[in-house]
Amino acid sequence: MQLHLDDDQSIFVDTTRRYLADTSDIATIRALAETERGFDADWWARGAELGWTSLLAPERMGGGGVSDDAVSDLALIAFERGRLIAPGPFASVNAVVAALATSDAHDDLLARLIAGTSVATLAASERGVRWPGPGVTTSLSTVGDAVEITGEKITVESAAVAEAFVVLAAGPEGDRLVVVPADADGVEIAPRRSPDLVRRFADVTFRDVRIGRDAVLELERSDLERVLDIATVLQLAETVGVLDRVLEFTIEWASDRYSFGRPLSSYQELKHRFADMTLWLEASKATVTEAAAAVTKQPEQAGQYVSAAASYVHEHGPELVQDCVQMHGGIGVTWEHDIHLYLRRVTLNSLTCGTVADHRERLASMILEGAGR
Amino acid sequence: MSTTVSHDIDRVPDAAELERYRAEAREWLAENMPPLDPRADPNQQTKEHVKDLARRLHSGGYSGICFPREVGGAGLTRSHHRVFCEEAADYELPIYLGTPGLSIIAPPIMEFGTEQQREHVAAMLRGERLFVQMMSEPTGGSDMAGALTRAERDGDVWVLNGSKIWSSGASRADWGLVLVRTDWSVPKHRGLSMLLLDLSLPGVTVNTIKMVDGSEEFCEEFFDDVQVPHECILGEPNDGWTVANRLLFHERQSVGGGSPYHFNRPKSARSSARGSDLVGIVGRNGREADPVARQLIGEAHANELVGRQLISRVSDAVASGVLPPIAGSLLRLNTGVTAMRRGSIALGLAGTEGATWEDGDDADHPADQFILRQASCIGGGTTEMQRNLISERLLGMPREPAADKDRPFNEVRRSRREENTR
Repeated sequence: MQLHLDDDQSIFVDTTRRYLADTSDIATIRALAETERGFDADWWARGAELGWTSLLAPERMGGGGVSDDAVSDLALIAFERGRLIAPGPFASVNAVVAALATSDAHDDLLARLIAGTSVATLAASERGVRWPGPGVTTSLSTVGDAVEITGEKITVESAAVAEAFVVLAAGPEGDRLVVVPADADGVEIAPRRSPDLVRRFADVTFRDVRIGRDAVLELERSDLERVLDIATVLQLAETVGVLDRVLEFTIEWASDRYSFGRPLSSYQELKHRFADMTLWLEASKATVTEAAAAVTKQPEQAGQYVSAAASYVHEHGPELVQDCVQMHGGIGVTWEHDIHLYLRRVTLNSLTCGTVADHRERLASMILEGAGR
Repeated sequence: MSTTVSHDIDRVPDAAELERYRAEAREWLAENMPPLDPRADPNQQTKEHVKDLARRLHSGGYSGICFPREVGGAGLTRSHHRVFCEEAADYELPIYLGTPGLSIIAPPIMEFGTEQQREHVAAMLRGERLFVQMMSEPTGGSDMAGALTRAERDGDVWVLNGSKIWSSGASRADWGLVLVRTDWSVPKHRGLSMLLLDLSLPGVTVNTIKMVDGSEEFCEEFFDDVQVPHECILGEPNDGWTVANRLLFHERQSVGGGSPYHFNRPKSARSSARGSDLVGIVGRNGREADPVARQLIGEAHANELVGRQLISRVSDAVASGVLPPIAGSLLRLNTGVTAMRRGSIALGLAGTEGATWEDGDDADHPADQFILRQASCIGGGTTEMQRNLISERLLGMPREPAADKDRPFNEVRRSRREENTR
């Protein structure tokens, strides 16, 4: 996705590319669809050994980027994962690692996330609230030496297997991220279905959940948005990987498939649509690459860059795949053809870290009210 | 132009060098260039004014930042050019010298020109000569290689007859670069030549064309037995399509925003003028809290930012060989579709309040600008042509069938009437 990789990044990406090619072919993905958690725990742990979850951890715990920009490094991995529609809560776990890295109270959990022996995911979205807030209703209050959380979160990834959740909640001094163990009293997990066949989601209700004060990560709104932006941009990079692969095999298909004695790719109407899709893909690569880099290199612009990228990619991405379905004709809407697996992923991704409307509203609030940083 | 330039314009200078350059440029601009009137339309710059601005820039060494020293350029890099354009955003620049002269016409002259012909580039940089390209003809805009304007050899001169259209600002130009047919007995692409034409020669007529917004920037030209010296052929006779293709490449770069030779049109200044500034429209109509308006503002902002990011990615990819030069068509296509969408967004935001304005209010009004909206998808090669180029030359899909392919041009049919009579 990035135009120029340094040697370390090339090795880093190649390792993951080979690992995914060996372990995540489409037949495997289809088989995983039948499983309860959607990804294999050992497979995830071996991915973690390749650096999938450690780059945003503090240096004292072996974290740090392959290059000087760990978020961009991870975006490269996300892109490769997207090309193979690999399973696992990649974006969410990395955002959690970035959140936990700001404190030293959660090093044990962090160590397990880095090792890939455990997962913890973001619980940020709520019914009726635009990503990434404001207006979060899940409440955080102080009760003696403890804090108490009450509220309902939706589309929490891998909730059934997560060890903990990083919950976006409204406290007396503003919104905060709070680390809540999944087995704490008052945590209820209600599994939900999604269009994606291998990623798992649940609604999670927190009913007067009482935990220690050090569960609250003391991040101001801007740092907190950085965590959410990391989740968003990694998911965007994954979507761009999906688009890259789908356009690739659809162009191949259009060249191989003949009707009326000539290839589909010789019809001007279709050629023009392929040209538009090529533009959308190249522009998506451009904007997501810059958004990922901005998180580290231009933090004051990052929110704007991430939301612009989300607005663009989520507008054009699902349409690109749908048009590729159209190019395939009848076979494109059968269960047997693989394209629906890709469409499922981009559809899901366009809904879970803020929608097109959410990100446009966020841009408008930055422009009209000077919100954000 | 990398094949002809003696220095590496893609070299990335170190930050200190660039900051020094920026500081010098800032100081120089403040002392030497007139500040921009945000309401002024760069298309209204007169010939003498463009030349005066160009002479000023040249005296400071800024008229050809990426041009080699031997023609009077500064021999610097894209980065220097970008820094200068950033610093110059609030000053008046010779827009018409930059586009089409320096960014579209000068590169093929540098690439194919004799030493004597390269003197034209030096003269442009000194602000002594303004150029225009004359490619399209009234008989067809997109089928450029089907040119009917003819030049016939007569001893030391070529005798030029025919007409051209859609040349922007030809009424201000001193010279033109003209695509002409010099051999009718071969298929169309093989019988073309490019002529450097002194527009003051007898037999050249230049008229302006009034557009739907009332502007008269575009021109049409008529040639009646114009005697053009033989040494004015750029490149080889009958190899004009090779030259034209390079010119079109640079045109796409320039229109798409990826050229290192033009001066950016003062967009920020223009858009702060009443009317085209979307945030201003929302404010005047009191729609800051309207969710629909906010969505449109967010969408337009995202499109604009993504457009800029696409320009830097594609420019970088082409410069480093990751993508072939034809990828410039992606920029041209995006500029067109984004401008089209922006025009609709502006109209939507302007609403009923934008349907009328006071007599004499000559600011940009979205409802008025909407009338010319499609121009952004037509000029500089239609978006349909860009889609052909992208699918055929970037994706390698089959070329459109052409009835004139491989046929001597004098046997090609050019109208329905001819079809019926043959």
